[in-house]
Amino acid sequence: MSFTPVPIAFELNGAPVSVTTSPVARLSSVLRDDLGWTGTKVGCDAGDCGACTVLVDGEPVCACLMSVAQVGSRKITTVEGLANGSLSAVQEAFLRHGAAQCGICTPGFLVAATALLERNPTPCEAEVEDALGGVLCRCTGYRKIVEAVMSAHLPDRYHNQLLPDAGHAVGAALPRLDGRPKVTGEERFGADVRPADALSVAVIRSPHWHASFAFGDLEGYVAAHPGLVAVYTSRDIPGENRFGVIPAYADQPALADGIARFRGEAVAVVAGERQAVEALDIRDFPVIWTELSHALDVASALGAKPVHASRPGNVLVAGVVERGDAEAALAASHMVVTGEIETAYVEHAYIEPEAGFAAMDGDTLVITACTQSPFMDRDDTAKVLGLAPEKVRIVPTATGGGFGSKLDLSVQPLIGLVALKTGRPAALTYSRAESMMSTTKRHPGSMRASIGADADGRITGMVFEGDFNTGAYASWGPTVAVRVPVHASGPYFTPNYRATGRAIHSNGPISGAFRGFGVPQAAVMQETLYDELAVTLGMDRLDFRLVNALRDGQTTVAGQEMESGVGIVACLEALKPVWQRALAEAARINRDDRTVRRGIGVASCWYGCGNTGIPNPSTIRLGITQAGELVLHQGAVDIGQGSNTVITQIAADALGVPLAAIRIEGADTSVTPDAGKTSGSRQTYITGKAAEKSGRALRETILRAANVSQAATLSLEAGAIVVTEGEARRRIELSTLSENAHGYVLMAEESYDPPTVPLGPRGQGKPYAVYGYGAQIVELDVDTRLGTVKLVRITAAHDVGRAINPLLAEGQIEGGIAQGIGMALMEDYVPGRTENLHDYLIPTIGDVPPIDTILVEVPDPEGPFGAKGLGEHVLIPTAPAILNAIRDATGALVTRLPATPSRVLAAIRGRG
Amino acid sequence: MPRYARPSTPDEAIALLAEGGWTILAGGTDFYPAQGARPIRDDILDIGAIEALRGIREDKGDIVIGAATSWTEIVRARLPMAFDALKAAAREVGSVQIQNTGTIAGNLCNASPAADGVPALLVLDAEVELASTRGIRRLPLRDFVLGNRRTARAADELVTAIRVPTASAAGRSSFFKLGARRYLVISIAMAAVRVETDLQGRIARCAIAVGACSAVARRLERLEADLVGRPADAAALGVIGERHFDGLAPIDDVRASAVYRMEAAREIVGRALADAFGTTAGQGVAA
Ligand SMILES: Cc1cc2nc3c(=O)[nH]c(=O)nc-3n(C[C@H](O)[C@H](O)[C@H](O)COP(=O)(O)OP(=O)(O)OC[C@H]3O[C@@H](n4cnc5c(N)ncnc54)[C@H](O)[C@@H]3O)c2cc1C
Ligand code: FES
Ligand code: FES
Repeated sequence: MSFTPVPIAFELNGAPVSVTTSPVARLSSVLRDDLGWTGTKVGCDAGDCGACTVLVDGEPVCACLMSVAQVGSRKITTVEGLANGSLSAVQEAFLRHGAAQCGICTPGFLVAATALLERNPTPCEAEVEDALGGVLCRCTGYRKIVEAVMSAHLPDRYHNQLLPDAGHAVGAALPRLDGRPKVTGEERFGADVRPADALSVAVIRSPHWHASFAFGDLEGYVAAHPGLVAVYTSRDIPGENRFGVIPAYADQPALADGIARFRGEAVAVVAGERQAVEALDIRDFPVIWTELSHALDVASALGAKPVHASRPGNVLVAGVVERGDAEAALAASHMVVTGEIETAYVEHAYIEPEAGFAAMDGDTLVITACTQSPFMDRDDTAKVLGLAPEKVRIVPTATGGGFGSKLDLSVQPLIGLVALKTGRPAALTYSRAESMMSTTKRHPGSMRASIGADADGRITGMVFEGDFNTGAYASWGPTVAVRVPVHASGPYFTPNYRATGRAIHSNGPISGAFRGFGVPQAAVMQETLYDELAVTLGMDRLDFRLVNALRDGQTTVAGQEMESGVGIVACLEALKPVWQRALAEAARINRDDRTVRRGIGVASCWYGCGNTGIPNPSTIRLGITQAGELVLHQGAVDIGQGSNTVITQIAADALGVPLAAIRIEGADTSVTPDAGKTSGSRQTYITGKAAEKSGRALRETILRAANVSQAATLSLEAGAIVVTEGEARRRIELSTLSENAHGYVLMAEESYDPPTVPLGPRGQGKPYAVYGYGAQIVELDVDTRLGTVKLVRITAAHDVGRAINPLLAEGQIEGGIAQGIGMALMEDYVPGRTENLHDYLIPTIGDVPPIDTILVEVPDPEGPFGAKGLGEHVLIPTAPAILNAIRDATGALVTRLPATPSRVLAAIRGRG
Repeated sequence: MPRYARPSTPDEAIALLAEGGWTILAGGTDFYPAQGARPIRDDILDIGAIEALRGIREDKGDIVIGAATSWTEIVRARLPMAFDALKAAAREVGSVQIQNTGTIAGNLCNASPAADGVPALLVLDAEVELASTRGIRRLPLRDFVLGNRRTARAADELVTAIRVPTASAAGRSSFFKLGARRYLVISIAMAAVRVETDLQGRIARCAIAVGACSAVARRLERLEADLVGRPADAAALGVIGERHFDGLAPIDDVRASAVYRMEAAREIVGRALADAFGTTAGQGVAA
């Protein structure tokens, strides 16, 4: 039974509102669900993320922790109340500084910042941090948020800045084109689109690591709860109850069938009217569990009964890359260093939990939800539900961060099942705990490696073995097992090499894709050993890396000859002045024997863009309507990283029109061709290349129609295209042309698939057509008596080939670094123990130091306008550079991540 | 159907409490997270409208903090230097949002081993005032918090105030919170100290408390005694020894190891003392 609803009236954004609801309802849910103001976001329902921040009489509070009755007669301001006709100064500042990426955290920041700026229009950095410390952002790394708030009082110099002219879009540091709704609160995320008449869906999940289960009286349960419509279990699934991002390894049931293999696995869904479902205490659900033996870590899983009978020894996939004779090379080396590193489960911790709704449109199932990969969602959901792929349409909402985990199915088959069975719309928003329990993680890695060098400091060989805990189902485990051996050498010439990567099943959370697919873990292993080699050889650590850095013409460990575009030397060179300044400062600071010691660390990265040696095409369509509207079908889901802007910039310049002439049609499997998944740092390069090709193709068609040369310029007018070349001016009347099936009179649709060669048995081939490179320097202070680490500054040099949009590139770098900081210093997902953002710590605004970005541009002949991928590269060097800096400060290497104060002090004391 | 009440005076509240079965809701910052996604089925007594429970006043020289006073109100209040530790603790509770709604009595009643308010109030010799239809009683804070999530509050009692005796509102105080990140962080360990010096600069009285290193934050009486009479300077810190921390019983958890907590406790007590002595620049918070 729930509370008697009471009438409640207060002032919301300057106007009176009244609602009759439970007095203890959270203000956040009343605002969103009862009053329909969805600008206020819910990321945790527990005070931990600040996404729900609203002002109560001008003071910021978490709306998720305030009962609506407590509002009393006070005034509430939400993000929707900040703009007054035009955007407020801080909203404008967020836009022009790129302070909103995915935008899910933006309302909370804007509201908290507004309270600060009311009191103090010109706050210093520390004041901004204190005021905004209660709001988490997983995308931006906070630096641009700090900048935006500090400069909100400045006149808006950019306000009237026009979009770039034809031919000048690529390279322009533009604010994102889709930014405005993110700062006004109008952006609609997965939880914001729920239709009023939708059924609610609750998911019953296993509380055990491994258990068999049997249901009690399900019909009786439904009957006993008025308002419930049905309970569905695996028996109700019409198709093949098995999905997975890599079809050959698909092994995960949408609803477990008799056995649950990990804590949090879905076993049944309950569908019903919203109030009935919200009033359920799912602990009363009739299911009887019988616990089975389980293994949670790699060491115990290797000897345990297989999680899947078809995978003996719990080995899902073992990948190997082998070149030369690594053992012999190490034996003959002047010096060999050996080490071991353990990393933790890392949670993606996007601020938006998975959410969406499903509804039938005739005989087509339409799923409107947050995602990174609409076409994969479509195909897998169709398979599970026994539908033809064309009978499922995926309409992505704005996605509040993904970082790899929203590549896998989550809510889709569950809401799809309910909509299909009941014929009614069905909505589901994961709770924070559900999201953390049931979706994928970064693989914990247990790695060992030996690296040898000759007396001049040249790498002679390397042996690497990594076991990665892939959890109960395959997900992206195979990708990690293959990517790691290809990349574990780092961007260094390594003539003799053997690396193995194994994905090992356990009953732990499923490990999947997370920015870098295992490469960030492997880089910690390799880069910390590089420091040991350099220090032992008495070489400068940066010089040591420069000596060994891969150069054009050299061959990688996977046997790929790098003809051109290798940018790691340029990155390391760009860092040299910073390195020297930082070392000198550290020496000065550390001259007195102080408790707090300065340490400097450096590490590099390389990363192949796109799938590893297997096809992964993107298709882009550009069309011109009879009315003269130019439409870009841009299917690369923008999860905050900026593809809506970057792909448009590329298309504009390839076609030769001003950016403002293009209207974007977003990802939707029924209207936009497949641009593949947003992962593998592939969108700027691969979809960008498809956009470039489409743009050029459409231009070609137009020029041919006008019979002019390449030098001609285009402009779109109502109903016509005007082509000018010198004195000549031709008008193509669009009304004279006939529309094609897509409704366009002129259209180009081009695909691009990177030219790669699959890896052979020894892992040799051409796994990627384009790589990106980078290196970072970390300056930090270690309190040697408490083991606490304070980051002072991070300098990042990344070779992006060509910075299509330097502002967005910087945003990616800062955001990736923040995630690297988390992985290095605090993030440790302990299944069953840290399933919330209270105990699972990600960096706050006070944990990310100033970041200096150096964009290096060594063009790649393959990429669009020379561009390379960047999204994942950026977090790879951060964690190893931090560990190297801690060792530089203290002499102690932490070998188990995260390097919490407890572990840092233990390492200093030799208890490591 | 669960009941809901939002009384406006303490008397109405205690009259309701006498009926039994109520859960008190103050700022809700512990209540709602603990509730999670489950529906609320308790009878809720919302004390948010009781003005008499808010604010800070003086009563016969004692400083009386209303039970429902928020952390922000404490930060903004004009209080003697002895309360600097409490203010510093207040500033470290979660975030501004949490400080704006979370209340001091909520922190004590929730009785988390890591409650930041407890050490700072222990060094002020704070007393907890409880009211019921049976009358009013006062308990020293150390007798109020009994264990992890356990207090001496009877089900029909309302905490009405936290009272700091005049005698303890003297001297300088300092607070040190150790956490794994800068904001929104539960303490790995924290220390509060209050030091009164005589005219010669010697320690006349001192109070030291450590939190998150035992089920309930504890005063370090032996160390307090050993410090009395010494000059309040860096040299005094030399007396700090292992024996002074015998009463702590830290545990291993995701935040830190027990060994670490023990070592860190010694270190932060030293730093908080140095700060209160005025011998170092404020080393407030390590994150
Ligand atoms: C994101 C987040 C971060 C936090 N960070 C910190 C932190 O850094 N340090 C820290 O110490 N705490 C922290 N907390 C915990 C919490 O904010 C504090 O303990 C706060 O002071 C609780 O007060 P409240 O008014 O919100 O309590 P409520 O949630 O309203 O109540 C807490 C408990 O006390 C009881 N209660 C409240 N008032 C009375 C009364 N007058 N008489 C009798 N019983 C009463 C309630 O019944 C309940 O059991 C955090 C909480 C969140 C959500
Ligand atoms: S939703 Fe309220 S703080 Fe996260
Ligand atoms: S922009 Fe902050 S969470 Fe995505």
